[in-house]
Amino acid sequence: MSHRLPQGGRLIDRRKPRTFRFNNRAMRGMKGDTLASALLASDQMLVGRSFKYHRPRGIVASGAEEPNALVNLGTGDRFEPNQRATTTELFDGLVAKSQNHFPSLDFDIGVVNDALSKFLSAGFYYKMFIHPRPFWKHVYEPFIRQSAGLGKAPDAEARDVDTYEHMYAHVDVLVVGGGVAGLQEARAAGEAGKEVLLIEQTAHWGGRAPVDGGSVGGGPVDKWVDETVAALAEMPNVRMRLRMMGAGVYDHSYALGYERVSDHQPGNDAPRHRLWRIRATEIVTATGAIERPLSFAGNDIPGVMLASAVRDYVVNYGVTPGRRVAIATNNDDAYRTALALADAGVGVPVIVDARSEGGPLAEAARDRGIRVEFGMGVGRLLGGKRVTGVGICRMDSDGSALHEIACDAVAMSGGWSPVVHLWSHCGGKLNWNETRAHFAPDPARAPTGADGQAFVRAAGAASGALTLPEILDGAEDWEEAPLSPVWQMPAQAEKALQGKSWLDFQNDVKVSDVRLAAREGYESVEHTKRYTTLGMATDQGKLSNINGLAVLADALHKDIPAVGTTTFRPPYTPISMGAIAGEARGALFQPIRRTPMHDWHDAHGADWEPVGAWRRPYAFVQNGEDVHDAVMREVTNTRQNLGLLDASTLGKLIVKGPDAGRFLDMMYTNMMSTLKPGRCRYGLMCSENGFLIDDGVVARIDDETFLCHTTTGGADRIHGHMEDWLQCEWWDWKVWVVNATEQFAQVGVVGPNARKVLEKLGGMEVSADALPFMAWADGEIGGFRARVYRISFSGELSYEIAVDAGQGQAFWDALMEAGEEFGVMPYGTEALHIMRAEKGFIMIGDETDGTVIPQDLGLNWAISKKKEDYLGKRAQERDHMTDPDRWQLVGLETLDGSVLPDGAYAVEAGWNDNDQRRVQGRVTSTYHSPTLGRGIAMGLVRHGPDRMGEVLDFPVPGGTTVRAKIVDPVFYDREGEKQNV
Amino acid sequence: MLTLKCPCCGVMTDETELHAEGEAHLKRFGPGSSDEDFTGYLFQRENPKGIHFERWRHAYGCGKYFHAARCTVTLEVFGTYPAQTLEPPQEIKDAISAKRPGWSWREMSN
Repeated sequence: MSHRLPQGGRLIDRRKPRTFRFNNRAMRGMKGDTLASALLASDQMLVGRSFKYHRPRGIVASGAEEPNALVNLGTGDRFEPNQRATTTELFDGLVAKSQNHFPSLDFDIGVVNDALSKFLSAGFYYKMFIHPRPFWKHVYEPFIRQSAGLGKAPDAEARDVDTYEHMYAHVDVLVVGGGVAGLQEARAAGEAGKEVLLIEQTAHWGGRAPVDGGSVGGGPVDKWVDETVAALAEMPNVRMRLRMMGAGVYDHSYALGYERVSDHQPGNDAPRHRLWRIRATEIVTATGAIERPLSFAGNDIPGVMLASAVRDYVVNYGVTPGRRVAIATNNDDAYRTALALADAGVGVPVIVDARSEGGPLAEAARDRGIRVEFGMGVGRLLGGKRVTGVGICRMDSDGSALHEIACDAVAMSGGWSPVVHLWSHCGGKLNWNETRAHFAPDPARAPTGADGQAFVRAAGAASGALTLPEILDGAEDWEEAPLSPVWQMPAQAEKALQGKSWLDFQNDVKVSDVRLAAREGYESVEHTKRYTTLGMATDQGKLSNINGLAVLADALHKDIPAVGTTTFRPPYTPISMGAIAGEARGALFQPIRRTPMHDWHDAHGADWEPVGAWRRPYAFVQNGEDVHDAVMREVTNTRQNLGLLDASTLGKLIVKGPDAGRFLDMMYTNMMSTLKPGRCRYGLMCSENGFLIDDGVVARIDDETFLCHTTTGGADRIHGHMEDWLQCEWWDWKVWVVNATEQFAQVGVVGPNARKVLEKLGGMEVSADALPFMAWADGEIGGFRARVYRISFSGELSYEIAVDAGQGQAFWDALMEAGEEFGVMPYGTEALHIMRAEKGFIMIGDETDGTVIPQDLGLNWAISKKKEDYLGKRAQERDHMTDPDRWQLVGLETLDGSVLPDGAYAVEAGWNDNDQRRVQGRVTSTYHSPTLGRGIAMGLVRHGPDRMGEVLDFPVPGGTTVRAKIVDPVFYDREGEKQNV
Repeated sequence: MLTLKCPCCGVMTDETELHAEGEAHLKRFGPGSSDEDFTGYLFQRENPKGIHFERWRHAYGCGKYFHAARCTVTLEVFGTYPAQTLEPPQEIKDAISAKRPGWSWREMSN
């Protein structure tokens, strides 16, 4: 059984117990424990069930590479699935539950899949669940969803109660990894006067060195670590962060760091995680190496661990995974584990070494009286939910002849693979090292930056330098004999054994699956990965990839480097969604643009509608009515009395300069250069592709100055569009554009009483003679400096009045007060829409969708025939644009008075090649008109304007059809008498 | 995430401050042009594996458009220059030639 040793544990404080719950059982650990070490101390080796076969699984590793010990962590609003127990620092009150089992961890009904594993091989989804077709949706998929998967999704109603933030750093050198190599690199860069950021994903400096031992300059390596950390802490140009992972390396030496600020002390004031956005001149990856498992039958039984992890638990936490720990290896390093166990008084019944001989470490183990079996391998492991013994055989056999030795844990080592992820993220290439049987960074093919120079350098074990003397000057350690690559144990393992030899523990991929994929023609490692799901789990194959591709290479009779690796992609380990979002959530998700009258609207029942980044009142809802009632009331009141519209959001671009008229002639389809100062003109803007992109009223201020109104959502886009043409095509034209949208508050004063309220406020002349329709004038109204435009988007007598933004609320208040006797009411965007639709005015984004040209909308009157050129003119001459079959704008009146659904299609006889009904038109705008007391709509219909009076069929959801008659799109006041008074 | 130097501000800018605006040095064809010329202008774009000339806008900075010469494979940047030009300045071409002898792009070449 696994248990806490009577002494030892360099990272724990035995005087400070910590209590936690696992699967509703109270357990005890100590300060400094990880959840994994505390579970092992409580003899909880079994921590989960596997993804596909529901096999019992135990803790394998001691760090980020852990594939099995994933737990549902926390409760309620702090619940999070798939958390690695090995990287979860223990705290008082921690609550964890194991994953993927039913009904319980100890008894899982899904284990029946294990017995059926012969039928659940690689690609079984594709092979088994194809026929009969309807079964996929109703039988197979629900079953698979129930039985597969790891963690539980958080409750739909849960809301993350923690805070997260983004940090930015610009440094000369980013060192990722706080082991001896990273510390050395940081010190060298710091002493050279560079700005350094040194980050380490765990809570401790020094990496593996304090566990693995060795000496530097005659003193133990831990002392060197302590001294170097102290020296770095003294350097003002060096920043050091623990619990911060290098998540990814990106173009032009950009890197992401993921700092787990308070996972280990939840509920404090600090943010839970920080995402660091780092730009470094140089990035040093000192990310260490990860030990590989050995592929023997039963290597997934709880109690089998990486040899280095066993050493970590003994030395760091004073915990042993068993009382008798057998060791299986192909290298010298695993002997360090044997020595550590022996030092701690734990029995090591046997070391099974695939090689014919070892080095001085092996000698040392023998000298301690440990039985060492060279040329041998593990044929099969004994046990179910826990290892009970190891069956050893000759390494070059098929594994049938076994000699059994009792043990309750196995430490395995298949050699070490440098952590090359960050090196590879941005294109760093790898070399295969034959001697050490691993891929390591090729310094000649490093990722390059904006200047074409390498910006990533690997250091220490991450570069392939696995021993202390290779990394630190003056370091001494055991001389190590070469390893012997072992990709399958024993070498000629029979088929049944391959079917129990796990490569990817998390996704349940075995040696037999990879061999099957190779037989079925999957020669590319990327294809094999996807077919077998090797390396596709949350651990991204940190333990399994090299073993898997070595098995694939063997099956394909290729060299390992010829097969190559799959692509390494960020992040290194999963990072939280909260960290990615940072502060951008809730009210801070996106800045909201508010008009000067925003707060008044809010206090007067505004039902808000987002329009671009703006918020505009959809309607002002009064007591006792719903939103629809409010809209109907606002339309009727505006048509009969007086309405106020906050039009401040309309884009206002000032275009000024000697060439301003010439420039606007290119921007708009209309002729703008002939507009007289003091007058307004409605204009259309097209893209160079001919499509309508914006519209609005242009006012000529003086000879050289125009004010162009754009749509609310279009102001910034159209400003950019103008700048583009001015800066990049006609840069010799003398024109300057300023976006003055927010400088003005603009109020639409609309309705039969509009002039009366302005006259009551007093000031400038607003009579029909002084200020006729489509004119504008500067002056004063009610004491406010104002620019008044006689324009109408509603068909009523209408003034749009711009005042200084800071006066907007006061002006609005004055209008409301003076308008009381004239029945004034504010109206929102929906009333605006209905009134413009009643008048047959188009709306950008409703009648246009990026494929519509002005000619489709009956707007030929707004296209200058005299101009040689404007943006979009050449495009509109193309065959497709002049095709008489293009759908054209019409009005639509339902026969029964109902409201057509938006976007409904008018069908015609026949079916197209996709077995869909043929269509001849569609609805672009549709409303209930309170003015007409019926549904009205606009739409685009083939040959529409020539088909007045024809009735079209619009099938609608629910299987019924609405019939509508083609009519003129102007439903209200066709002669324009109401607006021109 | 790329960094480019804005030739107007003179500062190194992160890609988040910039907006990509497509291929540089397009020649506009308007009314009266042939279908072939117009199609080429509006739709036909280079898609090179290697040297490319692009338009960028310092959208969240000075608002100016500028051009960048870079390698689409290695992301090496050979220089940025103001947009008010019909072709890349000689020093940009020289910078490319120094690192990629024999390069070509549209009708330009080393």
